Amino acid sequence: MVNDNVQMWTELNIDLKSHDTLLNALGPIFQEVYLSQKNRPAGMGFYDFVVGDIHGIRVKELREHAKNGGKVVATYCVFVPEELVWAADAIPVGLCAGTQFSVPIAEEVLPRNTCALIKSSFGFKLGRVCPYVQASHLIVGETTCDGKKKMFEMLGQLQPVYVMEVPNKKTERSRELWHGEVLAFKDVIEKLTGNKITAKKLGEAIDLVNQRRLALQRLYNLRKVRPVPISGKDALLATQVSFYDDAQRDTQMLNALCDELDKRVAAGQGVAPKNAPRILISGSPMAIPNWKLHHIIESTGAVVVCEESCTGTRFFSDLVKPTEHNLVAQMKAIADRYMNIHCACFTPNDERPDDVVRLAKEYQADGVIHYNLQFCHTYANEAVKMEKRLEKEGIPLLRIETDYSDEDVGQLRTRIEAFLEMIKH
Amino acid sequence: MISVGLDVGSRTIKMGTFDGTIRDATVIETGANPLGRCQELMSGKTFERLVVTGYGRHLVAPALGGKVVSEIRAFAIGARHLYPDCRTVIDIGGQDCKVILLSENGKVQKFEMNDRCAAGTGKFLEVMASTLEVSINELGNFALSATRTVQINSLCTVFAESEVVSLIARGEDASSIALGLHDAIATRIATMARRVGIKEGVVFAGGAALNQCLCKLVGEKLGIELTVPPEPQMVGAIGATIIAQRFLSDSME
Repeated sequence: MVNDNVQMWTELNIDLKSHDTLLNALGPIFQEVYLSQKNRPAGMGFYDFVVGDIHGIRVKELREHAKNGGKVVATYCVFVPEELVWAADAIPVGLCAGTQFSVPIAEEVLPRNTCALIKSSFGFKLGRVCPYVQASHLIVGETTCDGKKKMFEMLGQLQPVYVMEVPNKKTERSRELWHGEVLAFKDVIEKLTGNKITAKKLGEAIDLVNQRRLALQRLYNLRKVRPVPISGKDALLATQVSFYDDAQRDTQMLNALCDELDKRVAAGQGVAPKNAPRILISGSPMAIPNWKLHHIIESTGAVVVCEESCTGTRFFSDLVKPTEHNLVAQMKAIADRYMNIHCACFTPNDERPDDVVRLAKEYQADGVIHYNLQFCHTYANEAVKMEKRLEKEGIPLLRIETDYSDEDVGQLRTRIEAFLEMIKH
Repeated sequence: MISVGLDVGSRTIKMGTFDGTIRDATVIETGANPLGRCQELMSGKTFERLVVTGYGRHLVAPALGGKVVSEIRAFAIGARHLYPDCRTVIDIGGQDCKVILLSENGKVQKFEMNDRCAAGTGKFLEVMASTLEVSINELGNFALSATRTVQINSLCTVFAESEVVSLIARGEDASSIALGLHDAIATRIATMARRVGIKEGVVFAGGAALNQCLCKLVGEKLGIELTVPPEPQMVGAIGATIIAQRFLSDSME
């Protein structure tokens, strides 16, 4: 098994030595952050297994798929309509990276004052330590931020990249532009795979992805309960894994986890005391294995009940609306669904503060932590508006700006402890 | 009943004792073994309750059987104990600076704190004092003796030092450079205070409040009169002591 993996990684041109260091570092971190938690749902066993074999079995599945003529499509953003990828019998994998490990490699090329997510992701490719990107036939980028946009140009020198244009406004003209982009993407995928996307196939793909979204909605709805039946860390992990696992299996696993959580809720059983402060996190995405903020919060006696982010509600809160089974209607429904993601790349983006206020109420949050990756200017600036809005609503807010390194953990801990004290007293 | 509050800061450890009134305020250097220093400090002391705050709180509290509280809460409670009507606390310590806004009844309403770097903190002043060959205790008065000021653009400890070195090389007077450095810190802390939304009744605490020049400049920038406690560096330890005495049961279990 281990030797099989090494053989596979070698075929994928992985830098084995560096890759070993990466995997060896992940184990102890996962032990400390995840396995040391008490009272975890048994359903998390699947996710523990997935992380334990993070570059093994799933990569093998993708390779098998490729050997049978299938294609693998790497994405770095929730704007890329994955339905079109599934409908062409290709497999999408979300590849945003969340580790400091690959940041120094990326800084050999990228400017240092680029956000950690971009550097980490680019470093994975440059350092040849991520078998998922190595196994991908096409990388699909988008224009949601200037840093990524330019990074994709450099990534394009190493591997085939296609970039979708996400508009910056939400006007009618912007919607038309985006609709055109989604139509063009369909052509790109059809050309890549050699498969025609039919209304039947697309209908099935829409249903497949919607089912996973419904399962994630179910999981998040269970987090609204007090006491909360699952830790923020565990829910975050389940969401992170959804970005690269098989959609059908993932839906099954999520629903199995939720069945278990239903029982916990019925029994009034929680992972944290009833009076533990409940925190909503809003802002930048947290790509695997970025568990830094959740870990600090939850080891300080609070519990994270929701993430308003691309690795949270923005990933699944809207479904593609059911339509007649014809491509014109389906493509329109897909474009509409994705344009409704309240990303900070839009101006204005006043729906996002509305979302946060609504979510804070729904999830009975005692406070909101606005999380933004350093050098992510759109989220950093939206934090200003968010602060004003939440002050008006009487919801306490703490703004955190950080990256993937551990150098500021001491200061973060102080601020988070002080914030929790502020909520409690 | 005797309570002890320890503020284990990055540069110094402060201890307060309370048995009805605050007594026995002690300050020692933190050094490389803060736990050892605290154990020395506490040896032979009898106390019922201990609360530890400051950067080293999680190291020291479990070893000495104490509870932890954040510096922000400790400074808020300490400042209110000394000045029951105060509404804002500015604290500049060894490696961080913070501004805390208090409600009318003394609750922490909002706070800002610098993130990872030492820009605009006590450590910054220490490094600059050594570059200018002035002792840290004299730096403030030295700056106040300047007849003019120079603009310092960087607040990063590393970059500011090279900026200072190039100003020295240009023949700038050391006291003018010192004044420029104080001005840069005061501007930064004033910006942070306005961001939080400063309210009258401002206590300036932390070791950096021992510096006369900084007190003067921060007050001028904010256009507000600052209250500086007689021992500003003790405010956190006093807060921890008060918390040990009064709030232990309801806050940290």
